[in-house]
Amino acid sequence: MIRKEYRSVAEVNGPLMFIEGTSGIKYGELAEIVLPTGKTRRAKVLEVEEDKVLLQLFEGTSGINLYQARVKFEGRGLEFGVSLDLLGRIFDGLGRPLDKGPQIIAEKKVDINGSPINPTARDYPSEFIQTGISAIDGLNSLVRGQKLPIFSGSGLPHNRLTAQIARQSKVLGKEERFGIVFAAMGITFEEADYFISDFKRTGAIERSVLFINLSNDPAIERIATPRMALTVAEYLAFEKDMHILVILTDITHYAEALREISAARNEVPGRRGYPSYLYTDLATIFERAGRIKGKKGSITQMPILSMPEDDKTHPIPDLTGYITEGQIILSRSLHHRGIYPPVDILPSLSRLRDKGIGKEKTREDHPDLASQLFAAYAKGKEAKELAVVLGEASLSDLDRLYLKFSEGFERRFISQLEDEGRDIAETLDIGWSLLKSLPKTELKRIREEYLEKYL
Amino acid sequence: MAKEGKIVKVSGPLVEALGMQEAKMYDVVKVGEQRLIGEIIRLSGERAYIQVYEETEGLGPGDPVFLTGEPLVVELGPGLLDSIYDGIQRPLGRIREEIGDYIGRGLTIHALPRKKKWNFKPLVKKGELVKEGDILGKVEETPLIEHRVLVPPGINGKVESIKGGSFTIEEEIAKIEKRPIRMLSRWPVRNPRPFKERLAPVVPLVTGQRIIDSLFPVAKGGTACIPGPFGSGKTVVLHEIAKWANSQIIVYTGCGERGNEMADVLLEFPKLKDPKSGRPLTERTILIANTSNMPVAAREASIYTGITIGEYYRDMGYDVALMADSTSRWAEALREISGRMEEMPGEEGYPAYLGTRVASFYERAGRVINLGSKGVEGSLSVIGAVSPPGGDLTDPVVQQTLRVAKVFWGLDDRLAYQRHFPAINWLSSYSLHLRNIEQYLKREINEEFPKLREMAIEILQREAEVLEIVRLVGMETISKEDQLLLEVARSLREDFLHQNAFDEKDAYTTLPKQYQMLRFILLSHDLFRGLLNKGIELKRILTLPIREKIARIKYVPEENLREFDQLEEELRREVKGLK
Repeated sequence: MIRKEYRSVAEVNGPLMFIEGTSGIKYGELAEIVLPTGKTRRAKVLEVEEDKVLLQLFEGTSGINLYQARVKFEGRGLEFGVSLDLLGRIFDGLGRPLDKGPQIIAEKKVDINGSPINPTARDYPSEFIQTGISAIDGLNSLVRGQKLPIFSGSGLPHNRLTAQIARQSKVLGKEERFGIVFAAMGITFEEADYFISDFKRTGAIERSVLFINLSNDPAIERIATPRMALTVAEYLAFEKDMHILVILTDITHYAEALREISAARNEVPGRRGYPSYLYTDLATIFERAGRIKGKKGSITQMPILSMPEDDKTHPIPDLTGYITEGQIILSRSLHHRGIYPPVDILPSLSRLRDKGIGKEKTREDHPDLASQLFAAYAKGKEAKELAVVLGEASLSDLDRLYLKFSEGFERRFISQLEDEGRDIAETLDIGWSLLKSLPKTELKRIREEYLEKYL
Repeated sequence: MAKEGKIVKVSGPLVEALGMQEAKMYDVVKVGEQRLIGEIIRLSGERAYIQVYEETEGLGPGDPVFLTGEPLVVELGPGLLDSIYDGIQRPLGRIREEIGDYIGRGLTIHALPRKKKWNFKPLVKKGELVKEGDILGKVEETPLIEHRVLVPPGINGKVESIKGGSFTIEEEIAKIEKRPIRMLSRWPVRNPRPFKERLAPVVPLVTGQRIIDSLFPVAKGGTACIPGPFGSGKTVVLHEIAKWANSQIIVYTGCGERGNEMADVLLEFPKLKDPKSGRPLTERTILIANTSNMPVAAREASIYTGITIGEYYRDMGYDVALMADSTSRWAEALREISGRMEEMPGEEGYPAYLGTRVASFYERAGRVINLGSKGVEGSLSVIGAVSPPGGDLTDPVVQQTLRVAKVFWGLDDRLAYQRHFPAINWLSSYSLHLRNIEQYLKREINEEFPKLREMAIEILQREAEVLEIVRLVGMETISKEDQLLLEVARSLREDFLHQNAFDEKDAYTTLPKQYQMLRFILLSHDLFRGLLNKGIELKRILTLPIREKIARIKYVPEENLREFDQLEEELRREVKGLK
């Protein structure tokens, strides 16, 4: 079927374009805009009426002239060609090769929006991933198929931490095909380069697929970037049996691009000008993590999100936290005190932890110990606040013990080197040795038998 | 019916169509050649605004819209239990068998299996006079639950024929006044099912969660809401209630929440056993799962689907508990559709009718006498999670919910940070059902239970005040009595209110044990205070060996509550021994 070409662009406004006199166009369809120079841009149908269409461009509207641009509709959504040859390659935010490698010969083309996984088809994530980082393994354990974001702020070492996780992660006692899909949205060249060179240095690049949209690339390109990445991840995980870690950075830039489109459409804004469907939109990204019954592979997501003004209640971290299975929060004050990784233990959380740890998974004492460490550290922090107001002298003996515990905890448990991978037993043993400084009556969260065995 | 309109506009889940003169408000339509399911939500001239319950990609102007002339209904009958449905009652289990791991579009699979035969046992005889709501007969739906087939609303008269035996849900089992009766019936989800009389709730819904049952109880037929920021444990609390609540039927509605959480319920519930019968818990449970990435309009419908099914079992005379996680996502779906219809927004962009919608949902809860002539009593309790942005309770959805819900469990992220779960704040939460169930507690558990609750709340209140002072001037300046009170309050918090959902012994506590625990902690307070008055040093009191045992009373086995008597003896002996 020959596709009709339209030259009736009526308006261009920000990332949006109106075309009149159209017919037979479908919602969600992909359009191609041909400029007089012969260059093309891609766009998606956002709204369709009988004789007009609203398009959202993926690559920006600069240089478009209303009378010269020609628009063709493709009769299908935006697709991406997948193949095992994608491994080791670097693409831009819309899936065009950025490295000097050859064009990809696709095994098949897949709509980048994917389809929701049937909840009955999901297998519950319960395989512990050892990241080698005590603050995560011991207290906020990551499991395969989980989506666990890192809530960070500008100037904090989230990139170093994520790269370290990507380097060290492994599942205990298993050798399996492991891969990384990396999607950069609006980050700087330096940040992207940090990841690329780290992957190259460790050889991880051979089993990685990278999508790079930098901060000076068109913002709206970012709308498609995570979806491209997840399409590849789904292919590798559920058709090629690989265990895929998806790193998405930075979700804040993505949400801002979404806001830009919403504002251009004059939509009624939700909180702080973000569209009211931000939750649903983010969910269509984050919910693409998981495991499927009967499939070997898995998708684990680690989105990075920089909280504006370190504010956890800002709509982006807030809505993300309602979708993801926990969060790792980085703390500026720990960072200032030179503690790496500066994981703010108390507000951090892994919702899937309890299914992934304990007997036959990590070690029997792990759940009790983790709960006790949390409680003791919380008390220590309270004592510290009290000491700031009243002076250390006015603390009770017990509070002083807690205070000492929390300092040791930050120095010995949370803090570790960037190239230091601790195995889970080592992490737990550090926890036990710290608890020794507290009276036994205080260790209410640990079962008697474990106290006898491990203390 | 060949009536059909034409699409003129598509914008996300909202479709506009012309040629719809025949359409009625809230009628279901089939949209496009794929026949996606939609519902009419506004009419203007011959233009209809349709919210589509499936992904609309690929629809365009000119595509047909088929009218069905019927509102959105759910199918009711045996086969509901142990099922998992999406927001518009499509069976997710069978969808997976037919099309695989992802959810497709335009599927028509019946909610209830058509071929399965059920063994129907009549309970009335030919020639008897029956009234709407009367029980005609029963079917063993699962080994745990007997399904009662009722005379449908609107039918009264003489039973002309009735037969027992093995039938599918579409076969005729009886005839009343010339109208054939089948086990399958339908009900429009947006209309509450009728009943004869509504009663005040007087019996507690026992959840096994100590802070809920002892301090902020909800009654059967009541409403509760549980708002909290992310990570404060809403879903875990709802899961625990779904597992342990002493209602016979559980309807769990996952409305715009995580797929993995639904998978958790799906995989865990079959393994859990009903404490009384030893049967798997799934045999009393119906799940509605419309996860956050599934179409947003179906999310709007999902809570109505759930509550209609709940009412259906209530009418049979069962106690039903419905959990909705989370009503905020439902309200957001409402907001999204409203925004696309360009309605004038109210607070935070929510439509102005948010309040009435929330109220009319919660008002479908209640303890009622059904329509029948026998005065059968059933109840439907509704527990809704609310997820306000940043945990901010001034959020419109929270505020509208608080107007109608009678019990409020306020979750606190500071408690969650200390891993004190359930992270229900004892200072801000409340229950308006205390009076209702007071008689029940006095009669069934112990005369002094309500009083103990008051004392516990008082101690916790006082603790907050004293801690305020400690924060300003330090520990030494407060009186010995207050220091003791702080210790007792701590014990209440750590040994009574804190409860570990993942520990098999601690996950559930019966009311008698809750009473014993509470009594024992408060008794120790009394006795210790006596010692203080005698001039005995606080330090010596606090190092009594019994204190370590208090810390472990949650592990006293349910089958041996006598242990509390021994503990009391020990306590009194040690107190006496101090000089």
